[in-house]
Amino acid sequence: MVEINIQAESDYQLIEVRGEVDASSSIELDNALKSAAENYAKILINLSKLEYISSAGLGVFISYLEELKTNDIKLVIFGLQEKVREVFDILGLQHLMNITNNKEEAQALLNGK
Amino acid sequence: MLSEKLKIRLSFLAGILSWLLFTFFDLYLLFVDQYQLNVDLSAILPQIFLTTLVLSTLSYYRYTITKADSINFIDLLWRVFITGLVTTIGSLFIRLFFYIFGNSTISENPFTVNFLYNILVGLVVVYLVSTFVVWKRLILYQKSKNLIQLWGFFEYALLGSLIFDLFGNKFLSVNFNTALIFLGGLGIILAFNLKWIAYLNFKQKWKSILFIILSGIYLYHFLLNLMNFSETGALNLDLLDRAYFVSLFIFIILYAGISILVTLFNLPTSSVFERKLQEAIDFQKLSQSIPAGQSAEQTYDILLESSMSAVFADAAWLEINGEEPILLTRGVTTLTVKDIKESVRQDFIKKILSQQVSNEFAPSKVIGTLNHPDFKSIIAVPVMVQNEQIGSLALLQEVGDAFNREMVDIITTFVNQASISIENFHLIREALDNERYKEQLKIAKSVQKSLLPSVLERNDCFEIEAYSMAADEVGGDYYDIIEPSKDIFNLIIGDVSGKGTSAAFNMAQMRGIFHSLAQDVSTPKEFITKANSAIGRCLEKNSFITAIFFVINTREKKFCYARAGHCPAMYYSASTGNITLLEKEGLGLGILRNSQYNEYVQEETINYQPGDLLLLYTDGISEAKNEYKKQYGADGLKSSLQNHINAPLSKLKDMLINDLLKFLNGNKLDDDYTLTIVRFK
Repeated sequence: MVEINIQAESDYQLIEVRGEVDASSSIELDNALKSAAENYAKILINLSKLEYISSAGLGVFISYLEELKTNDIKLVIFGLQEKVREVFDILGLQHLMNITNNKEEAQALLNGK
Repeated sequence: MLSEKLKIRLSFLAGILSWLLFTFFDLYLLFVDQYQLNVDLSAILPQIFLTTLVLSTLSYYRYTITKADSINFIDLLWRVFITGLVTTIGSLFIRLFFYIFGNSTISENPFTVNFLYNILVGLVVVYLVSTFVVWKRLILYQKSKNLIQLWGFFEYALLGSLIFDLFGNKFLSVNFNTALIFLGGLGIILAFNLKWIAYLNFKQKWKSILFIILSGIYLYHFLLNLMNFSETGALNLDLLDRAYFVSLFIFIILYAGISILVTLFNLPTSSVFERKLQEAIDFQKLSQSIPAGQSAEQTYDILLESSMSAVFADAAWLEINGEEPILLTRGVTTLTVKDIKESVRQDFIKKILSQQVSNEFAPSKVIGTLNHPDFKSIIAVPVMVQNEQIGSLALLQEVGDAFNREMVDIITTFVNQASISIENFHLIREALDNERYKEQLKIAKSVQKSLLPSVLERNDCFEIEAYSMAADEVGGDYYDIIEPSKDIFNLIIGDVSGKGTSAAFNMAQMRGIFHSLAQDVSTPKEFITKANSAIGRCLEKNSFITAIFFVINTREKKFCYARAGHCPAMYYSASTGNITLLEKEGLGLGILRNSQYNEYVQEETINYQPGDLLLLYTDGISEAKNEYKKQYGADGLKSSLQNHINAPLSKLKDMLINDLLKFLNGNKLDDDYTLTIVRFK
């Protein structure tokens, strides 16, 4: 079960993902990312309420990596719980994605570079 | 017990014998009387044989006349008619005899008279008894308990009258009249059981009236004949002095008379009854159309036909939406259908015809009027399957206000039944499809099983055990080991993102890549890098594979590994007793599909000692959750390994699985999970 809240901020899109992302609910995540990537150059994703993400869910993030890079869209995810963070790290995604501890850091990263 | 056939034959034989003996003793008594012979012969003997004649005839017809059924009423009446015809022809011969030898001595001879009379008696007995049995069958059609009791009482009373007759009471004596009134009264009560008439259609009613009238005429003819004989005064034994026969006559005439009247009065309503019956039959047809292996189209045909006949519609059409829209019409053209749709005045009917009905359905609103040159009335009923309108049925009449609520109810029932049939049809088809998919998956499962090594390499340098289980029929976990050159072993564990069939296909690709690359790569990093570029070309954008690749050198007792985003393997060192995670940096295969990939991959070489152990697993194990949503985690697996570290390898594998299942406590695993254990020697 996943709950996705989308909030449009002044110059970026804030997406909050709550609950669990598995094969079936990853479609919702995909839709949210898709519309964000079409309309915004800066995307913040709050994963502090994300309890679990399956490999299919990770696949959604991975599928956008290339597109974000070519279109010069900045995406920062923040607030990962330890278990979720571990999953990202084991897979090696910390090398390819911007991951910060909290929203402030994320915003700084978003605007800094 | 005697068989039915034998009983019939015995009854027949007994009947013939009884008649012969009856006639013999009757004439013999006459002879004795005539010539004043001093022979001591009881006058009761002919009476007794007349009684046995009646009983054996009764028994014969009881076995030969079948039970009344809605299909054989006319057959039963036909039987009465034919028996009557045959016996009457017999009696006509007797009349002919008297006509020819009218005034000769032979016709006045008491022996001749009595002999002929006895033949007539035999014919009358046959006719009366057979008709009685048929009447019985008709009366007892759809019998109740009370009716059976009353009928039983009546039969015993008739039997009583047979015995009563042995005492030779004369016609119209007090006892005789009492018996007649009593039996007649019972007969009247019984004669009003005429349920069978309701089941006759119009034509059958006319037929039965005809047959019953003819049966009555035979009866009248017999009665006249018997009376003629009585008047001669030459009779030794007069049938009309027998209460049994007189009451039988009365009963049969009563029932025939009442039947004719009731059938006559039922004639005008028979069309209504026939229609109701037809509705029931149509209903049955609809509900059975699918199991009978017919297609949905045939159900639509039956629905259209039966609906039309149920409401006497002049024309109708049935429109079904779907992948292949269907428009069945009767008495209207497709063009007229379009016209009529436009000439409907009621909004609700418009909604039905344009297939826009949602859940609510008001029977009162489906009757409408039309402003059309040919048709003035319409009923439109939506065809709903699972609360969704799949089509509409429209029935038309040339006159205005032709339909009523009752008709709507019938049509609605028909439509509902058809919907259920169609729904069942879909369900059956789905079930069949599912069965086929299951079969396919079974095949896929066995194919996939063959992709995993069935026998793992065993040698003097290490032992190896593996276990793999897919959450669905097929899964995306992979492990394998090959020996590309002497003392070098390449070991892999892999996990395709997602699960199920798509994961299984990618797993098969991974296997191909492993078998082709592992033969000639020298380092794990080389393998991982090459595998990444190979797999990157065939994976979907959102799929990836995690893996760990080991190169084990048993001569130098060392192994080297690289981790491609897979959950870190555990390494147990026998000398220190510690379990460490092999967590060098790495990135899942297919995540980064360019040359930068190898920047993220590191490898590590470890020198092992005999007794050291490697535990490879997939995240299905570490992410397994129990009922409280707590993850088993790498920690759970690690402590389980610590606990059983000294067990023989195959036991160790089982223990690790057992510990995991214990933790899950019946919770189902929703990911594929795989274990591979290597213990060095």
